[in-house]
Amino acid sequence: MPNKKNNFLQNFLESDDFEKYIELFPNNIGSSGYDPWGLNISGIKSTLGLAKYLYTKYFRVEVTGLENIPKKGRVLVIPNHSGQLPIDGMLLGYAMLTNPIAPRVPKAMVERFFPTIPFVGNWLSSLGSIIGDPYNCAKLLENDEAIIVFPEGVRGSGKLYKDRYQLQRFGNGFMHLAMKHETPIIPVGIVGLEESIISFANIKPLAKFLGIPYAPIAIPAIFPTKVYIHIGKPLHFENDIESEYEVKARVNIIKNEIKNFIDLGLSKRTSIF
Amino acid sequence: MIASEKKKIMVTGAAGALAKKVIDKLKKDYKIIAVDFRKKVDLGIPVESYKVDFNKRIFEDIFREHKIDGVIHLGRITASESNRFTRYNANVVGTQKMFDLCKKYEVPRIIVMSTYFVYGASPYNPSLLDEKTPIKAADLTMDMVDSVELDNLANIYLYKHPELNITILRPCNIAGPGVRNTFSKLLASKTAPVLWGFSPLMQFIHIDDMRDAICQSFKKNVPGLYNVAPSDYIGFQDAVKKSDCKLIQIPSVPTSLTESVSKFLKWDIFPPFLLNYYRYPVIIDGNLFNKTFDFKPKKSLEDIFNYYKGIK
Repeated sequence: MPNKKNNFLQNFLESDDFEKYIELFPNNIGSSGYDPWGLNISGIKSTLGLAKYLYTKYFRVEVTGLENIPKKGRVLVIPNHSGQLPIDGMLLGYAMLTNPIAPRVPKAMVERFFPTIPFVGNWLSSLGSIIGDPYNCAKLLENDEAIIVFPEGVRGSGKLYKDRYQLQRFGNGFMHLAMKHETPIIPVGIVGLEESIISFANIKPLAKFLGIPYAPIAIPAIFPTKVYIHIGKPLHFENDIESEYEVKARVNIIKNEIKNFIDLGLSKRTSIF
Repeated sequence: MIASEKKKIMVTGAAGALAKKVIDKLKKDYKIIAVDFRKKVDLGIPVESYKVDFNKRIFEDIFREHKIDGVIHLGRITASESNRFTRYNANVVGTQKMFDLCKKYEVPRIIVMSTYFVYGASPYNPSLLDEKTPIKAADLTMDMVDSVELDNLANIYLYKHPELNITILRPCNIAGPGVRNTFSKLLASKTAPVLWGFSPLMQFIHIDDMRDAICQSFKKNVPGLYNVAPSDYIGFQDAVKKSDCKLIQIPSVPTSLTESVSKFLKWDIFPPFLLNYYRYPVIIDGNLFNKTFDFKPKKSLEDIFNYYKGIK
């Protein structure tokens, strides 16, 4: 019986069409299937089925603008962040991997506390998550990889239901990296996940005690909301700024683009489910 | 080349497996002076061997007696061999004594062996740490102070005394026959402790490749600081499984419990001060060394784990 159960779980988690993605993996995968950031071929293989289920069946993701992702070369993909858990990263990553026009294996920058959580840290690394560190990002861009960065960080993922679809402050780091490493920026708007996990309050003292960025009082469920992802056109910025104000202004261009995509998604949907 | 024309190299830590391999490889072209604080090592003719403490005055007699043309400094007291105070005296103060003697007797070439441990295992570590990355191990544990200070000391002498031509090597985990460091001993044991839910990415270099790295860096005089590591990686728990060890899952949270377990077990392959290395990756970028010294490891991870598998 345990074998049957294990087989069922394995079949559910693994996707039949995994093999066709193998050639897309970065060029620095070692003999044991790992890249230097912990991305692991078998890690992705054993999660792809789950991601497929979440993407196609549970959240029924509708994606537009996939043609804007370049087939090759470095790129920074910049979405809004929401939903308490990094589900937005997983869905966007799946969309990029299975993109019929130009499939990519993206890396996603995650909050720095994830590596401290048993199992979760290793699991996220195996899927291509890396801690949000400019040093990491620079090395990946030099290797011509595609990186998903959430400039809102925990301000975005941990926000409350009452603040849904209100973009939080964007960090400037991604813009500096894009300019320095001559990398196009692709803004992305994600709609639907703000209602998937509904958080009413953040118990800050508990979060501090546990060493995590937020401790939400939330409805203990992940609702199967319908998710819309809109991928914008690549934007290029020269490395010619003279002050941090100019960087902020450029960051705001991206922020406004994302805001427009969110509004577009919200106007498109007739129901949150 | 006749014996009297050969240049003389002092190799410290001569009783260790790596030093023996280095001596074996270099003795054809160089006259070797083998030095160790633990014992007088019998390496056969023509290797001259001394048991000596660097902090004793008699150490200088070796420099007086021989015109030393280079030092390969591999000698180190490890945490399992002694306490923090003794280690500091031997590894840091002793090394300073050696540097000063090299200066006094105009030794024109020194290789110093440091370790990747000096970077420190932190959850905030980015990957592919290069030589410009600040070293943080002393922030995380006082038991690494001697390693960090030795590395710093070598760097100070590298820039203050360019005539010494110091090359500092920071290798990843050295593994293979005879290696007695913590992770090598762990892979060699039948049962290996791992932290529940943590399998940090690791790098391993075979002892034969490390020997070649040392010899190549000695022969090609390019002073500086270099990481030494292959561009190949493996999760710690995978490495342990591939070495045919039985995994013992140690509770990983809260961290105080893990530390208590480690202190209680008093297991030399699971010391409290290295717990973070069982938890978080420290991946170094060895490209600078590879390019500078035209180095490419010959042994694969598979070779390393097959060795450990084979000895069980």
